Amino acid sequence: MAPTVFSPWDDPEEKPLIQFTGVTKRFGEFTAIDNLSQDIYAREFFALLGPSGCGKTTMMRMLAGFETPSEGQILIGGQDMAGIPPNKRPVNMMFQSYALFPHLSVWENIAFGLKREGTAKDQIEVRVSEMLRLTRLDRFAKRKPHQISGGQRQRVALARSLAKAPKLLLLDEPLGALDAKLREETQFELMDIQEKTGTTFVIVTHDQEEAMTVASRVAVMDEGRIMQVATPAVIYEQPSSVYVADFIGDVNIIEGAANPGDDGYDITWAEGQPKLHVKTEKSFAPGQKCFLAMRPEKVVISAEEPADAPNRVQGQIIDIAYLGNLSTYHVQLADGTMMKAQIANTRRLSRRSLTWEDRVWLSWTDTAPVLLEG
Amino acid sequence: MRRWLLIGIPYLWLLALFLVPFLIVLKISLSDVALARPPYLPQLDLSAGWEGIKTFFAGLDFDNFVFLTTDDLYWRAYISSVQIAGLATLFTLLVGYPIAYGMAMAPDHWRPTLMLLVILPFWTSFLIRVYSWMGILSSEGLLNQFLLWIGLIDQPLTILNTNVAVYIGIVYTYLPFMILPIYATLEKMDGALLEAAEDLGCSRLTAFWLITIPLSKQGIIAGCFLVFIPTIGEFVIPSLLGGSGTLMIGKILWEEFFNNRDWPVASAVAVVLLLILIVPIILFQRNEQKQREREG
Repeated sequence: MAPTVFSPWDDPEEKPLIQFTGVTKRFGEFTAIDNLSQDIYAREFFALLGPSGCGKTTMMRMLAGFETPSEGQILIGGQDMAGIPPNKRPVNMMFQSYALFPHLSVWENIAFGLKREGTAKDQIEVRVSEMLRLTRLDRFAKRKPHQISGGQRQRVALARSLAKAPKLLLLDEPLGALDAKLREETQFELMDIQEKTGTTFVIVTHDQEEAMTVASRVAVMDEGRIMQVATPAVIYEQPSSVYVADFIGDVNIIEGAANPGDDGYDITWAEGQPKLHVKTEKSFAPGQKCFLAMRPEKVVISAEEPADAPNRVQGQIIDIAYLGNLSTYHVQLADGTMMKAQIANTRRLSRRSLTWEDRVWLSWTDTAPVLLEG
Repeated sequence: MRRWLLIGIPYLWLLALFLVPFLIVLKISLSDVALARPPYLPQLDLSAGWEGIKTFFAGLDFDNFVFLTTDDLYWRAYISSVQIAGLATLFTLLVGYPIAYGMAMAPDHWRPTLMLLVILPFWTSFLIRVYSWMGILSSEGLLNQFLLWIGLIDQPLTILNTNVAVYIGIVYTYLPFMILPIYATLEKMDGALLEAAEDLGCSRLTAFWLITIPLSKQGIIAGCFLVFIPTIGEFVIPSLLGGSGTLMIGKILWEEFFNNRDWPVASAVAVVLLLILIVPIILFQRNEQKQREREG
């Protein structure tokens, strides 16, 4: 039997662990969360992604119980959370600042929650050493938080929030304070730990790469609303709006008017430029304003005119951004539009054929771009 | 060279303003009382040369310190001072901690105002403020009049010239010294720590006991020493607000010096007081050092 893909959100039988129904949160005049409804399922690694001030942290703090919704209802495991204080919820949180207790050792920090529950002493011992092993902190049990490195502190915070085996773990920008290399390692560690413990994780981040790496589903938020919820691949390949397409990764966006053609649309977009053909299942009225979003790596750049590409435009290389493994070419078209094309640097730099000021052709297939309404 | 100059200035200052006066007091405490001006012997006579120095040192003895042990007034005064200072420190802590806590929890834009209110009393002379307490606490004073007016009592309470008045005076006077160091530690505390404690199953109250109190420990210790150390030698408050039964070493010292004109015994009392204070002062310094290390 083929391994089933983890996608409880597609299964109508599956009961969600967390349900937001019509949740609104206002701070005075400011609406942080605007009539939001969303289900999150058990064992999910759910990422809330958005720019600062989009309401993602507020959503998390409402789950933890530090904020109460102005309107609407939050259910965890079918139970209404209204009026239940943070210390009575089956939820633990890993704080952005880690919030480790500076006067307690690593061991005592991890044991803190268990002691509050009144767990027996020997059980605490067992559980804490289990957590220390899981986060590879055995050697640091006796140290105080200020005697360990940032990465170790991050792991203590994780161990502490996992120690009580919560149904739901909330992670507020958990990797924000780590440097790039350590962050990448820790992302995989987080996924590993999530899988091992089977806990539902909800992570808040503004780093789209982090969300894409760790999450089973990503919710892209803007101004208190969820713009799209989907798996990382769908978010990237089939963004539902220009906002999502633009927020995730690099994208070329061309504005035009849709004209129905054979199994798709022909887009008129600039004076004197050929129409662009796009295959899509969406339907547009003739002449409707639309946006064509296309990832730079799906654009092919060549010196000669490609013979059989469905879409091709000519331009001039203005800028080249060399990223080591990739190069991004900024190409200006005849009408002044700038487009980006990305190519993997499979050849040595000295053998690169294209350079500044070269006149080049950009081409792409008719399934490469996504056609959006705006 | 310049470095030595920089280090030298504060040391010179200490030498001139602390060590030299202390040596003078120490010397007087080893002298004998005399009907002269100044009222003690021997005096150093440098014109007599080496002989003069020899007779000078031969004239010094520990008689005054021996005398302090023979009259139980002195050691009772020392013990009573430590007791009063200790209890008053406790009261100051109980009053000061909630104030410091309230200040630290207040919205940011309120804090400078609250801080100003704590420091404001310093703008008036300490002596005047203690005198005004006499007006408040006396049997015809504001407090008694108020209590009589609301009908809580029908006879005026005797508060002035008792130890209660001394405690009130000390708590009032030294409150800012308790509030400020505690406020400084509480203000630095990360609010997320309390949320984390709640998240891990603490009620608000247990979070306070397990997180807030231990994290403000350094401030509590500093505040207690800042109140306790000067209170032991306190003279103005017990002599103005206290009664004849209030036994404090500062008062004894004053009486020896000005009423008895016995400078040598007064100096001996002062030297012993300093020796008693060295222990808490060293403890205080170590606490400060520890805090600096933790922050550094």
